[in-house]
Amino acid sequence: MAPFGLVTGVAMVAGGIPPLAAMAMSVVVYAGASMLAATQLLAAGTPLAVILLTVVFVNLRFMMYSASLRAHLAGLPLRWKLAAAYLLADNAYGLAIARFTEHPRMSGRLAYFLGAALPIWLTWQVAVGLGIAIGAALPAQWRLEFAAPLAFIALTVPLLRDRAMVAAALAAAVTVIAAWALPMRLGLAAAAAAGIAVGMLVRRRA
Amino acid sequence: MGLVTLALRASFLLLPERIQLPALLRRALPFVPAAVLTAIWAPELLLQKGVLYLSLHNERLLAGAAAIAVAWRWRLTFATIAAGLAALHLFDWLL
Repeated sequence: MAPFGLVTGVAMVAGGIPPLAAMAMSVVVYAGASMLAATQLLAAGTPLAVILLTVVFVNLRFMMYSASLRAHLAGLPLRWKLAAAYLLADNAYGLAIARFTEHPRMSGRLAYFLGAALPIWLTWQVAVGLGIAIGAALPAQWRLEFAAPLAFIALTVPLLRDRAMVAAALAAAVTVIAAWALPMRLGLAAAAAAGIAVGMLVRRRA
Repeated sequence: MGLVTLALRASFLLLPERIQLPALLRRALPFVPAAVLTAIWAPELLLQKGVLYLSLHNERLLAGAAAIAVAWRWRLTFATIAAGLAALHLFDWLL
């Protein structure tokens, strides 16, 4: 979590986001992959609507986490549900769902969740802050803006665990290149759709 | 951006039990990160000023390939990025 936070901080600054805005984004959004994606797309001059749509796609998995945790956090007052929602992160979710599944009737579920999620949040923000400071201090010749696509590669490759996932990634890559002539708004969506469709088709045949 | 992301996170926590994630969405979800992220990083490696640049002179492509290899073998975030940046500068200098 920390190395990724560090890299995100560096890449955001290298991508042209002012340090204060980057830190603010990290606190408000708190979702690394989507922040990096937004940085990349902003640098490429993508329309805001497309950026928002991409953020939704990249963060769609949070909807899944939300559905999965619902039963375990039911009955909590609204403000705690919102707090838990804000703190929802991949690692926090993983820890919490494992624990709740093993001990479905345990008391203090909220406390457990907060105990897992808060340190993760703090570590992340500190890492990003450090990354921003480092990124702002290092020279442009280091070409740190390339860290963003590299971070995506670091995130994507471990996901490609079977043929269907590889097929999805390949389909997305081919489509985004082929569709490059179209205005950016269609190319990215088309590539995502193609990737998802191909992935689902290959999985069906497996 | 923040609002949208929070809305996604809060979505199901706040909705009543009756509303479930549609089956199609559940099947599609595993592929979403891989597809979307690839759609973002692939052009960075493969295109130069909007034109396909599949050449051994494309140092970003080579550096990216190196990064993919490192990620495939070790799955370490920092190593992948460091290797990619190092490779970028190496190929830049060599080519």
